[in-house]
Amino acid sequence: MDLAVIWFIAISVLWIGYFVLEGFDFGVGTLLPFMGKRDSVDRRVTINSIGPVWDANEVWLLTAGGAMFAAFPAWYASLFSGFYIPLFLILIALILRGVAFEYRGKRDDSTWRLWWDRAIFFGSAAPALLWGVAFANIVQGVAMDSDHIVTASLVDLLNPYALLGGLTTLSLFTLHGAVFLSLKTDGPVRVRARTAALRTAYVAVPAGAAFLTWTQLAHGKAWTWPLVLIAAATLVGGVAAVRARREGLAFGLMVATIVSAVVTLFGSLFPNVLPSITDPAFSLTVENASSADYTLTVMTWVAVVFLPLVLVYQGWSYWVFRKRVTGATITGETVTGDTAGAETSARGDIVIPEVTTAEGTTGTRRAATEDTVDT
Amino acid sequence: MEALELARWQFGVTTIYHFLFVPLTIGLSFIVAVLQTVWYRTGRHEYLQATQFFGKLFLINFAMGVVTGIVQEFQFGMNWSEYSRFVGDVFGAPLAMEALLAFFLESTFIGLWIFGWHRLPRGVHLACIWMVAIGTNLSAYFILAANAWMRRPVGFEVNPENGRAELTDIWAVLGNDQAWSTYLHTVSAAFITAGLFVVCVSAYKLWRNQKHNDTGVRGEAPPARDFALFRGTLKVGLVFTLMAGVIVVFSGDHQAKLAAQYEPMKLAAAEALWETEEGAAFSAFAVGDTEARYNPIDITVPNILSFLATGEFDGEVHGMNNLQEAYEEEYGEGDYIPNVFVTYWSFRLMMGLGLAGVGIAAIGLWLTRGRDRTPSVDGPLTRWFYPLAMFALPAALAANIFGWVLTEMGRQPWTVHGYLLTAASVSPGVSLGTVAMSLSLFTLIYGVLAVVEVGLLVKYVKAGPSHLVPDLEEDGDESQIPHFSY
Repeated sequence: MDLAVIWFIAISVLWIGYFVLEGFDFGVGTLLPFMGKRDSVDRRVTINSIGPVWDANEVWLLTAGGAMFAAFPAWYASLFSGFYIPLFLILIALILRGVAFEYRGKRDDSTWRLWWDRAIFFGSAAPALLWGVAFANIVQGVAMDSDHIVTASLVDLLNPYALLGGLTTLSLFTLHGAVFLSLKTDGPVRVRARTAALRTAYVAVPAGAAFLTWTQLAHGKAWTWPLVLIAAATLVGGVAAVRARREGLAFGLMVATIVSAVVTLFGSLFPNVLPSITDPAFSLTVENASSADYTLTVMTWVAVVFLPLVLVYQGWSYWVFRKRVTGATITGETVTGDTAGAETSARGDIVIPEVTTAEGTTGTRRAATEDTVDT
Repeated sequence: MEALELARWQFGVTTIYHFLFVPLTIGLSFIVAVLQTVWYRTGRHEYLQATQFFGKLFLINFAMGVVTGIVQEFQFGMNWSEYSRFVGDVFGAPLAMEALLAFFLESTFIGLWIFGWHRLPRGVHLACIWMVAIGTNLSAYFILAANAWMRRPVGFEVNPENGRAELTDIWAVLGNDQAWSTYLHTVSAAFITAGLFVVCVSAYKLWRNQKHNDTGVRGEAPPARDFALFRGTLKVGLVFTLMAGVIVVFSGDHQAKLAAQYEPMKLAAAEALWETEEGAAFSAFAVGDTEARYNPIDITVPNILSFLATGEFDGEVHGMNNLQEAYEEEYGEGDYIPNVFVTYWSFRLMMGLGLAGVGIAAIGLWLTRGRDRTPSVDGPLTRWFYPLAMFALPAALAANIFGWVLTEMGRQPWTVHGYLLTAASVSPGVSLGTVAMSLSLFTLIYGVLAVVEVGLLVKYVKAGPSHLVPDLEEDGDESQIPHFSY
């Protein structure tokens, strides 16, 4: 097979990895305000469910971006400059979200946490929406001149098909995140996540069905039909599994939905990488956008050797953190005894012995010296 | 005002900002790994405290490095699409490798390290922080190889059919002498920065403790153990800084020689040398006239520049006027002289501030000779050293920044030396207004985050290590390791 085609497939695999993994991160972040009261242990449980893995999940994006740059420079150049404002907003969102995860617990102050919670919500929901808008536009094509310079304005990018795509990814990732939370946590968060999954399904199922049908009818190939059907079946099956409290199965089916949906999008796009609606002759294709064979060969070797290695250690990290996260795991696992130092609060994210008084509310014992920290 | 200018400003602002955090990540990951290794090998409680304390500061910094790094990868396509189109074949490969080989390593194992204190066996947990350190140092190599290629393009051909640079030899790109020389220089500078970070924090704590001891009025006395701990980390930081300082000097010397060879215009501008000379003098202070192209005032040290550039005191160093002529002949009419004022002064500030930092470390090492483990409260460290040590960190951070300003401003007007001009690299489809919007929002958000970040660092430094890991009681339980979680 042609190396450029192999790299088209490789890049779709990287995007699949990104959407499957960061998809549930986005969902978890979007659901954060609904998983517990302000400043509650439940919110911490929610965040800690993705705590050890979100950063590595995000690297799939960097790898996909880097691979596009290396394998299809013209695609990378036209797409990133042409979709400037959506990508800029995604960047801002990812910046705020990443910092929020790390900084949220570093002050013992409920206003501080509330603001970071907002950053996590915006930083998760906005990219979840915008990636759908971007990919719908990629599949549909944009106004692009003969030099492959995108001439579409922001308003052009916000067309009905693209907005439907955005609604689809937002709702699908939220559902995916809810299923993940119900699988990865226990206690009140698990219960709420299940409810959230069932409610989100009322949007995700019709939006996903409409978007994929539109995609198939307007841009699809004969061989993408089965994928659309698989996506639909696994989505409905996933919701049914949530209802039946089969959380592992539900998560597996959600993964299958996202994989088949993304394959449908890339399949519909092929052999173009960015179609021009100004004139089909101006389209960027796998052939005219790709790097020379030497680069693609080098990159193939690198990917063949290192991608499996990455999958092994990333998989291992999921295995290490396979246990369900509960209020007790994040607050009580570390028994620091009664040593006074442990309770003074420079940490915020270091374990604070907590007494759960009611669902979602906690009393925190504070040492007398606490206030010296923030002054 | 054109979009080009703002795109350059945006690249400058976001990259400089990113590079405030990167050197600390590179160096501190290594230092924290060393501290944890000592704890693992000796079981000494204060090293656990030091690991957790500096580990926490490391993480506060790490988050900023990560999120501002994403901008860098996107920015080439967003603002510099014509550059990306021209170089992607060559330049994209190390970037993709960086993500696949280094970023995954770094990000997966940082998660395991943060959350794995109780889930992993101690040896495996220790290995995680080492993987982070390896990942960050590996990522530096790939990105610097990509950057070095722009300054000394190798291992490629320009395809006459499509006008794009096409890779012909990846080993030439990765083995570029400019790449490993830049790597040594940048990473040793990063180690200096991280070493001085540790020095600065330790000095501050010791200074506060000493002050507290002198007055003895406010609050409880700080735990005596802190003295031993920060004496120890002060020493660790000083040793790191000085060792890296040696490498920075030698690699810096090599960088000057490579500049003479591959980027003579940059070297000439950095020295404000207008005419080609044999036995050229090193300029200590010059006031230049860039219109008339000469220096009315120039205080010099004879023959030193020739020695730095060529290794011989009477070697030939090209001047800007001669190079300008030669370039016009080769590349056509145009202005091939970079901003001399910025290049000249950033060179001096880089060297001056960098050497000041290393010098302070040398003084510190002399002052602390043989007393590294003295737990005594009224230790003999001279009082004036503490504020001096605290000044060393900003000096090192600034030296890094001026180093990059020299590197990037000094190679103008090129993005790819001899092949692609900066003016031809910018995205043609992105308007002035769009870049103005993104530049101002990035600046605003980066500014706010800087305040938040520094605030957190200060808070955690003030709180001290015994707030993270309690001091060991006489009959204390060694297994009291608090874990990190969000």
